[in-house]
Amino acid sequence: MGAAADGAVIVGGGPAGLAAAIELRRRGVGPVTVIEREREPGGIPRHSNHTGFGVRDLRRVLSGPRYARRYAELAERAGVELLTETMVTDWGPGGRLRLTGPGGREELEPPAVVLASGCRERPRAARLVPGSRPEGVMTTSTLQQLVYLHGQRVGSRAVVVGAEHVSFSAVATLAHGGASVVALITELPRHQSLAAFRIGAAIRYRARVWSRTALSAIRGEGRVEEVELTDLDSGRTRTVQCDLVVFTADWMPDQELAVMAGCELDPGTRGPRVDAAQRTSVRGVFAAGNVVHPAETADIAALGGRHAARGVADHLGAADGEWPSHVAVLARPPLRWVAPNLVAREGPAPARGRFLLRSESFLRAPRVEVNQDGRALWSGRLARLLPGRPGHVPARWTRLVDPEGGPVSVGVVERRPR
Amino acid sequence: MAIVGAGVVGAAIARELTRHGASCVLVEAAPDVGTGTSKANTAILHTGFDAKPGTVEARLVRRGHELLRGYAAQVGIPTATTGALMVAWTRDQLETLSRIRATATQNGYEDAREVDVDELYRREPALGPGVLGALEIPDEGIICPWTTTLALATEAVGGGCELALCAPVIGVERAARFELQTSRGPIAAEYLVNAAGLRSDEIDARLGHDDFTVVPRRGELIVFDKLARGLVDHILLPVPTERTKGVLVAPTVYGNVLLGPTAEDLDSKDDRSTSAGGLSSLLADGVRIVPDLAEHEVTATFAGLRAATEHRDYQLRVHAEQGYVCAGGIRSTGVSASLAIAEHVREGLADAGLRLSGQPGEADLEMPNIGELSPRPYEQPELIARDPDYGRVVCFCERVTRGEIEAAMGSPIPPCDADGLRRRTRAGMGRCQGFFCGASLTARLAADGRGG
Repeated sequence: MGAAADGAVIVGGGPAGLAAAIELRRRGVGPVTVIEREREPGGIPRHSNHTGFGVRDLRRVLSGPRYARRYAELAERAGVELLTETMVTDWGPGGRLRLTGPGGREELEPPAVVLASGCRERPRAARLVPGSRPEGVMTTSTLQQLVYLHGQRVGSRAVVVGAEHVSFSAVATLAHGGASVVALITELPRHQSLAAFRIGAAIRYRARVWSRTALSAIRGEGRVEEVELTDLDSGRTRTVQCDLVVFTADWMPDQELAVMAGCELDPGTRGPRVDAAQRTSVRGVFAAGNVVHPAETADIAALGGRHAARGVADHLGAADGEWPSHVAVLARPPLRWVAPNLVAREGPAPARGRFLLRSESFLRAPRVEVNQDGRALWSGRLARLLPGRPGHVPARWTRLVDPEGGPVSVGVVERRPR
Repeated sequence: MAIVGAGVVGAAIARELTRHGASCVLVEAAPDVGTGTSKANTAILHTGFDAKPGTVEARLVRRGHELLRGYAAQVGIPTATTGALMVAWTRDQLETLSRIRATATQNGYEDAREVDVDELYRREPALGPGVLGALEIPDEGIICPWTTTLALATEAVGGGCELALCAPVIGVERAARFELQTSRGPIAAEYLVNAAGLRSDEIDARLGHDDFTVVPRRGELIVFDKLARGLVDHILLPVPTERTKGVLVAPTVYGNVLLGPTAEDLDSKDDRSTSAGGLSSLLADGVRIVPDLAEHEVTATFAGLRAATEHRDYQLRVHAEQGYVCAGGIRSTGVSASLAIAEHVREGLADAGLRLSGQPGEADLEMPNIGELSPRPYEQPELIARDPDYGRVVCFCERVTRGEIEAAMGSPIPPCDADGLRRRTRAGMGRCQGFFCGASLTARLAADGRGG
């Protein structure tokens, strides 16, 4: 039974989980156990075979696989116990975590659990794309694993659904796998990545972005043969031949364990609500990384994990192990979500001293306002907000929140759509 | 003995005849068993309470329900008797319920009872507003149609039945014996059973009959995330109309919630695509029946084709003089009736002169459990202790272990592609649809020269 009866258990060995574990060990908490269901730790970066990882957390620039290995080494050096090929399947009576691994079935009852299970891209079915069900329809993650981990052929002519950073990453992976890209399509009026990525894809891979375009059907027997695209402005449809469709972005947190634990969920992120110390609404349960902000870059997830370790250490160190009551923070359209999304009476500032935001539309110089019960707590102008890209508001208003008051709302009071 | 069509009906017939000593070949156009109507349906184990009284279908569904419940328990097919509630939303529908109850009685089913509004909302609190009453059918249940077909085919093959896959029948001749022309070469047989589903009318016509025409009726379905499972305890049936049984909401043996089917007559027997209109009308129905479904993610959408005909009954005919049995026009109750259809066919062939052995013994077969009603391999410490691969979960959403994948790959009827692996293990059918495991499953299939 439970090796971690007096320490912490971290569910998920990606950047957030490993960073949390390393920091917990650094703070003298022990034992610290990370439970990872894949064969290798490291999470999504294991198969994100491009550079740019580690900038803000490790102060260096690494490829995804090297970044994943680096975290695994740091965790091992820190004395973190890592269980791979082991899955937390559910919670037993009294908040015990139930595990399955090659060693059998096990139950752990740690005083603190950090959920760091990450997020995934919503697949075709969840997006309700009609048509037949041929092979050759996948998400970026599956594509990357097929190309980089298994060396499988994926197809020759792809349509990429989405035009965010990850969508352009999929274009590079497709090129590496020997497939050409007909187009990246987005229902939004333009792409949501960097101009350099869009221009690079157009020149290097001849992959164009078709905006205001929806994927309205997939056709093919056995294998994808064509897709039907709809121009959202004119309503006209056209057919494009391809043998591969890659669904990118549209992130969904892997929140099943949080739901099973009874954690309150945020309607915007659909993940567990957390406060600035990464505490969920359930005593002893913390959450960090992309399960609470789907999806940020790996380094932001790792910094969130590191930040959670401080909350966990404080909780374990406190004599009474008290758990605070919270006021919810809700995003108002056109904002999609804000994280953290709970405010406690006491506690640290959030990770990196700021609240993260996501917008549903392109906003230039929006004025963002934080309110509670009709009372403005903060207001300020941001440079811009883009769908799929992070925005931030500072955290200094949290001490103005009335802990007995209604939910805090974060909205845009003045917008100049571009 | 040649049986054309390895759906649930053909597989049941092949099993029945094989275990009675006949030398059989089961001929299938697709590269796997159970890839047609048998794999894409509502997965209900019907009592036959609402069948048209006096029909062959009414008799065989009732008998088949009893036989399949026993067989499922014996070989380990996931099933549960959830009971059904036929829900009335209008005065007219409420009046119809008493007629349906009378129909049930005529069909020999006595246990249907009317449920008032208070009790209904107490038992199904997530039902939408405006319900006026319901008819409870306590013996209706849910079943895994994939394991059913696979169990029957596996038992047949284990008993010596030959399975000819990828062998579409392109010609049939009757001289001294039957000569089937297939794309894999000719097959000769003394007797022929037509269980070709959507194409049963075409085989029938080649043998000189003109009894029925199959009109493929598309049914689109939506599978909701397992987190929605708590919303429904029973099969929630609509009150049927002349044309269709309507859209139901039901739990599945895998722990999801199923919504569907639509009913739309098509020209093509191959078009199993979903449509934007079909999915949006289903969602509208679903949210009306159980409003909280709107809060849940969709895990899968699919469409099946039922072999509807111009008749309101199975097209089950024994042509004794030809040594030919037609088991066509089996629509949405085929899984439930399969074992009774097989029994009926065997008796018909015996009357036609086929010599069969007496009472066979029980099958020595245990199917892998892919349902949530009894412990799955990942929950069994003894099994993991024997083989640690049963502790290695590879499909996280559905908790499928490497041990199960390897068992399926090495089974008597192994999967030929990702869909076949999904139907045998559930791998890849969960909410992530392969985000995590799709690549490793593809690579595993490719290692055996399968898939893609």
